[in-house]
Amino acid sequence: MSDVYAVLQKIVGKDYVSNQAEERYFYGRDPGLMPPHEPDYVVMPKTTEEVQEIIKLANREKVPVTPKGGGLALTGLVIPLKGGIVMDMKRMDRIFEVNEKARYVVVEAGVTHGALQSYLQKHHPHLRHSIPDSPPIATIVANAVIHGQGRLTQQRGFNSDMVSGLEVVLGTGEICRIGSCALSPYWFSKGPPLPDLSGLFLGWFGSTGVITKLGMKLYPCKKIRDVMLFLTDKAELVSEVIRKLAHTEMVEDIVVTAQPIPLRFRGNFYIVLFITGDLEEEIEFKKKMAWDALMVYFESRDGGFVSVTPDMKPSFLAMPSKDTTRFADVSKGGGFEYSGPITPIDKYPVYLKKLEELASKYKLFYSSAARVIDGGHSMMFSFSYTFNRANPDEMKRAKTALDEAAEFALEEGGVIWKPNINEQQMIMERMDPNTLKLMTSIKHLLDPNGIMNPGNWEAK
Amino acid sequence: MQQKDYASQIHRCFRCGYCKFPTDYSSFNCPSYRRFRFDSYSTGGRLWLIYAWLKGEIEWSEHFAEILYTCTTCKNCTEQCPMKFAPDIVDWIVGARSDMVEKGKIPPRVARFFEAVYGYGNPFKQLRSDRAAWANGTKKYASGDEYLLYIGCLGSYDENGQKMARSLVDILNTSGVSFGILGEEEECCGNEIYMLGETGLFQNLVEKNSQKFKELGVRKIVTLSPHAYNTMKNNYPAFGGSFELCHYTQLLNDLIKKNKIKPSRAKAKVTYQDPCFLGRYNNIYDEPRQILQSIPGIELVEMERNRRDAFCCGGGSGNFVTDLLAGSTDSPARVRAREAYETGAATLAVACPSCLTMLTDAVKAEDLDDKLAVKDISQILKELLSAK
Repeated sequence: MSDVYAVLQKIVGKDYVSNQAEERYFYGRDPGLMPPHEPDYVVMPKTTEEVQEIIKLANREKVPVTPKGGGLALTGLVIPLKGGIVMDMKRMDRIFEVNEKARYVVVEAGVTHGALQSYLQKHHPHLRHSIPDSPPIATIVANAVIHGQGRLTQQRGFNSDMVSGLEVVLGTGEICRIGSCALSPYWFSKGPPLPDLSGLFLGWFGSTGVITKLGMKLYPCKKIRDVMLFLTDKAELVSEVIRKLAHTEMVEDIVVTAQPIPLRFRGNFYIVLFITGDLEEEIEFKKKMAWDALMVYFESRDGGFVSVTPDMKPSFLAMPSKDTTRFADVSKGGGFEYSGPITPIDKYPVYLKKLEELASKYKLFYSSAARVIDGGHSMMFSFSYTFNRANPDEMKRAKTALDEAAEFALEEGGVIWKPNINEQQMIMERMDPNTLKLMTSIKHLLDPNGIMNPGNWEAK
Repeated sequence: MQQKDYASQIHRCFRCGYCKFPTDYSSFNCPSYRRFRFDSYSTGGRLWLIYAWLKGEIEWSEHFAEILYTCTTCKNCTEQCPMKFAPDIVDWIVGARSDMVEKGKIPPRVARFFEAVYGYGNPFKQLRSDRAAWANGTKKYASGDEYLLYIGCLGSYDENGQKMARSLVDILNTSGVSFGILGEEEECCGNEIYMLGETGLFQNLVEKNSQKFKELGVRKIVTLSPHAYNTMKNNYPAFGGSFELCHYTQLLNDLIKKNKIKPSRAKAKVTYQDPCFLGRYNNIYDEPRQILQSIPGIELVEMERNRRDAFCCGGGSGNFVTDLLAGSTDSPARVRAREAYETGAATLAVACPSCLTMLTDAVKAEDLDDKLAVKDISQILKELLSAK
């Protein structure tokens, strides 16, 4: 194995490889609740060619490779379950191109959402991308790989739906382009009109190859952005409220929040609507459409809009939302994790009931933020529980609650988002056998030596 | 001091990574993360490793100690961390360093820093009797003087710092301010000793300095270095040393406003480096800029990262001597020198002897020394007063 270290040094330079206990410790875990497992090496490539050399080395030596971006999935997807090499991609941080007219950007694998957001604001202020509420260190590529969601997801679908091309180092070491960029200098489509091969890599958590470049669609950045709050105390109305709002096609983003503290929040559901436009008149019109759509609830006294005072707005409008991260420290414990099944929106009330039931059963503090996806075709419902890192018992309770939430979601017909390895097994056990066979064949074809983030999407 | 409680609080870091960024997320603003790029060198990495060490999950090693001591305590993490404990982060790191000092487990370069200050009263192992060699007859503080001018170790012994000190003394003499220095009786201020976690030696320095100041009847102190300003203002009072403090840029700005200094016209494009211990630690952002803007003909241009987002020169926590972040084009001072050059400025103005020496070396390393002059504000002002 010491030869591997020497070769890694030769590939990326001695400053960018470590086999020291400190890096192995840090890269052997994530902020969530999955058990740690340390890598043998941490390596930070700078170029696609260096990634390629590392993958070739890993194939020769049969050493596992786990690519890592921000490492914020919380479900252990970058924990190297079988050791080997963790490949921290964040040194690959170039933004190659923004095509103004075709509205896409091409980035390297380590470009963070924060960096792209800042770059667009400075150089292309009329364009934006779908910013997730994860911290800004989350990378564009890793977020797409886990089918992340962002502030444009209600209108445009999963962030992975917005991908417009890929460059991938396959598990066998070849460099491969996916989409229009496979034959053209333009990165406008990840598939159509060709066969869409991006599905061989998106959602696979690096177990089929390493994405080294990615094209991402950009969207108009409107001059004005505002927020509205609709409040109801009836969980059973939430899905219909969402349906009515989505029907207007006036709302950029819809998030439903539920939490027991502060007390004024308990038993209430805040439906947060984000409205954007270039003119005040446009904003007012969109607000009126949303208002009219929900007037029926005002008249029946089942809900109504709540005034958003100017001092409340910055926190709502911040992208990314620091409040999401702050949830980790509400009980001064430094930890939270969520199970975030993707589900039809009419499941909101049963999921909510389960969220509260599990919190009560395991004595946990909870919160939920449900994000509407793609015009209401589905939603991500988060079962979020905090835990104190200094309290192993509470960590165990939180993990048990999340396991039960995942099981529940599957029973209710949902699909677990960014599933941990145990949840992946639960999914594969329930999957159509021929679908599983197809996945297994694809995995074997793309990663014949089983070195790519092993343990993930491996049928037992 | 929160540092005592660090062991019971440090698990609260979620390692979200906000600490790596400036406010606009445009780049990496944690000097050690920018330099080394392993997550272990970010604040979140450091806090998780300290917690692992406390729990016995990792053993002490020289590498661990190096990770801990490459933090320049620049306080960018405190500015960016979204959690309620953000103000305590530096204290936690200092607390962990204190424990390492007590156990004798520190990097050799840091140990040599302590030995030098303990034995010589300065980190350079220079003779105490040479502390005023720069002063060229500058008057010593005497009862009745309005200000004690505290020079500090860099101003006393470092070539760049000495130039800065001489410039400031000349300006103060010109303006008629009543002041004096301590000369060879001056002790190290202890700011770096505190940040490096040697609490015993720090307390000893505070007591010596405070006693000296009291004996001399000092009421007002003006410091050359933001580091001295910071520790005397924020740490000394806990040990009974409470004096009226100002940084020299505050005093000079005041003198300019009162027309006691009138700089002549200059034609130059200047950018300014916010020292961490002036800016993020003490919220002094305007006075140095006001001085530069008061000079007729000077165009002040800002670097991308400025004020609370300013990128540290890498010299804090004694790194101007220990140099744990050196040896790369990604060393913070070199990154900052390039950023300053990109503004189109011909002069990089500083207000700190640590910044002055770090950035002067960096500009040379980047081969920019014929394109970008690094000067302290006192030097800029002194040249213009001479030209009058």
